[in-house]
Amino acid sequence: MDTLLQTLKDALTIGSLYALIALGYTMVYGILKFINFAHSDIVVLGGWLSLVIATKLLAWLGVDLAAGGVAAWWVGPVVLTLAMACCGLIGFTIERLAYKPLRGAPRLNVLITAIGVSLLLQNSGQLQFIFGTSPRKIPSLISDATLFSIGDVQVRLLDLVVVGTALALMLALEYLVFHTKIGRAMRAVSYDVRTAGLMGIPVDRVISFTFILGSSLAAAGGFLWALNFSVIKQPADTSWVLLGLKAFVAAVVGGIGNVRGAMLGGLAIGLLEGFGSTYVNPALRDVYVFAALILVLLVKPGGILGKAVVEKV
Amino acid sequence: MASLQDRANLVPQSPLAAAWRVFWPLALALVVGVLMQHQVRTNIDAYSSKQILDVGIAIILAVSLTIVNGFTGQFSIGHAGFLAVGGYVAGSITYYGSFALFGSAGATLGTMSGLYGAKEGAAFVTGGEGLFLFALLAGGLVAALLGVVVGLPSLRLRGDYLAIVTLGFGEIVRVLIQQTPQVLMSKDAIAAAKPLAVPLSVGGSLGFGNVPKYTSLFWVYAAVVLTLIFAYRLKQSSTGRAMLSIREDEIAAEAMGVKTTYYKVWGFAIAAFFAGIAGGLYAHTIGISLSPVDAGFQKSFDIIIMVVLGGLGSISGAAIAAAIVTYLPELLRTPDTLMKFAVVGVPMLVIGGALLAMAGKPDQGPGKKRGHDPRAFPRAVIGLGVIITGLSILAFVAKRFGINLSDYRLILFALALIVMMITRPQGLLGVRELWDGALYRPLRDFFTARRHKGGTA
Repeated sequence: MDTLLQTLKDALTIGSLYALIALGYTMVYGILKFINFAHSDIVVLGGWLSLVIATKLLAWLGVDLAAGGVAAWWVGPVVLTLAMACCGLIGFTIERLAYKPLRGAPRLNVLITAIGVSLLLQNSGQLQFIFGTSPRKIPSLISDATLFSIGDVQVRLLDLVVVGTALALMLALEYLVFHTKIGRAMRAVSYDVRTAGLMGIPVDRVISFTFILGSSLAAAGGFLWALNFSVIKQPADTSWVLLGLKAFVAAVVGGIGNVRGAMLGGLAIGLLEGFGSTYVNPALRDVYVFAALILVLLVKPGGILGKAVVEKV
Repeated sequence: MASLQDRANLVPQSPLAAAWRVFWPLALALVVGVLMQHQVRTNIDAYSSKQILDVGIAIILAVSLTIVNGFTGQFSIGHAGFLAVGGYVAGSITYYGSFALFGSAGATLGTMSGLYGAKEGAAFVTGGEGLFLFALLAGGLVAALLGVVVGLPSLRLRGDYLAIVTLGFGEIVRVLIQQTPQVLMSKDAIAAAKPLAVPLSVGGSLGFGNVPKYTSLFWVYAAVVLTLIFAYRLKQSSTGRAMLSIREDEIAAEAMGVKTTYYKVWGFAIAAFFAGIAGGLYAHTIGISLSPVDAGFQKSFDIIIMVVLGGLGSISGAAIAAAIVTYLPELLRTPDTLMKFAVVGVPMLVIGGALLAMAGKPDQGPGKKRGHDPRAFPRAVIGLGVIITGLSILAFVAKRFGINLSDYRLILFALALIVMMITRPQGLLGVRELWDGALYRPLRDFFTARRHKGGTA
């Protein structure tokens, strides 16, 4: 029973992070129809930026956490907001400089450009005066003392904050996409770019907004990931690549282009991975994810919530 | 109505011509291989020969991916999976086969094997080399079988979705290789273990570095020649044209009676075969420890980048881009000597020459303007000038301010990739080939003269 609860807790934590990151993939795919491979690097950037911001902020405040202790409660939200703002700006810049000139180019070219951007971010991040190549520990912004426990499963404030923030951000996005004017514009552009443009929707502005939104969600994902694991790996580490790939798989499994599908897919992938590695074989955790991807695509190519695209002649 | 193949059979072909058709590629491969091993390698240092070897392997990979990405238009982003499968199968065969046949896992090099050549007085051909050749082919065939398996989902999936499945395939191969036992068996352990367990012990996540090191410039460049000729002939053949029709418009091709699934699966199988061969060559290279990472998607991306930079569907473009992509980062590592810059100039001149040669050839793409493009030549010259000047300025600035460019080479490379995609999205050669150019026509006519003389059908 305790194993079950523990697995469930871990799987939900990871799954909500996957979902948060998957949203960025799915929104970009929904509008521009290409897999934004640079998205996982924005996640990395978000994680590292929040580390740098948190360290600088605490140094400026004159707080030393080396001996233990927790930062003031408001430091976490400030760091998160700043990291999201920075990554949003970077996402905007990337879209303007790298993807916008390729509007209307073959999709493969945009994809290769995305890979180029990804390589650029990875390798710049590895430079010694940027983030370097060694893992670092993020200052403890939120207490990791046990809040309460169910059976032997300890629930920390940190766990609640990670899952809670992820869910809150997803709900906010849900509201934004389905209940606001800009959200309606995004859905219109995703449905049909040309018609949306003819109906007076500023397509370029909507695309830029999508990138800002997706990148800031990615930054939040990176921040929460860093908090959850407290140690943050170097920018080109394989674990980051896998995180990005799995979030992408989540987006595809849920139905790519579908915002609710991404959330659902993220949780599903998290649960599958968690339960598979606890109860079957921990070494094969990546296999479950990718096998699920292939199975879902073969059985229902549009994903769980997606619609299969019918090609017209 | 008779099929294309039946009608082709109606054209009389003398046995001699048929034999010549099979023989000259093999002969050419042997000649090029021997020249590379005994003339080129002996005149350059060890570092350069390793680089030339890497370029050769990259060419095979890029051309093999061209067959599936460029010809059939199916976007595969798990190609490194085939590379790893071929490498591991071939490595396992030579490693454990050497134990079974020769009693130890060391390589028995003949005069053609080994990156740095064999010792004085080595046999001309050894049994180990036969085993190596067999292992390469077996690796290729196993990879091809997997290629069929990966190609089958293309029954149901198209475009991006198929690409995602191939990506998942590559990652699964990577994880499964990681799960293999980490200990390479010794002679005694082999005798004790179950026969089936032996060839699967390939090092797991620690990598498989103890493969006998047979690969040499001879093997690699012989394979390069055969791969290029195969791809060229495939492109000209009815199979190849069916593949190209799927790339242009799958629905239209199907409506015209092309068995699209059949050709797509064939494309995957052929591409996987050559990738497997490249993997076998890679596994047996000195200084390489085959590892599960080689099946990962970053390796796949390297290959895709070559194919797209070269121009989707262009065999020669992929080969040139493979050489550039492999060599350019190395070059930025040591930019301060002028001699190295002379070395850059050569591939640049090759591209320039290619563009020059193509200037006389009308672009045959659909909806393209036909006829001679007077701006092609000046544009090629200007482009070449800009690239070489840019690199020189970069090297000069780096030297002036004491910046070590090697720290930045991957960043520069990524930037170059982005700029390239924005300014020349069709890649270096587009869909055209080097041999489409006017300068190459006499050469091409020499090798395909038979077509113009004999046929009366």
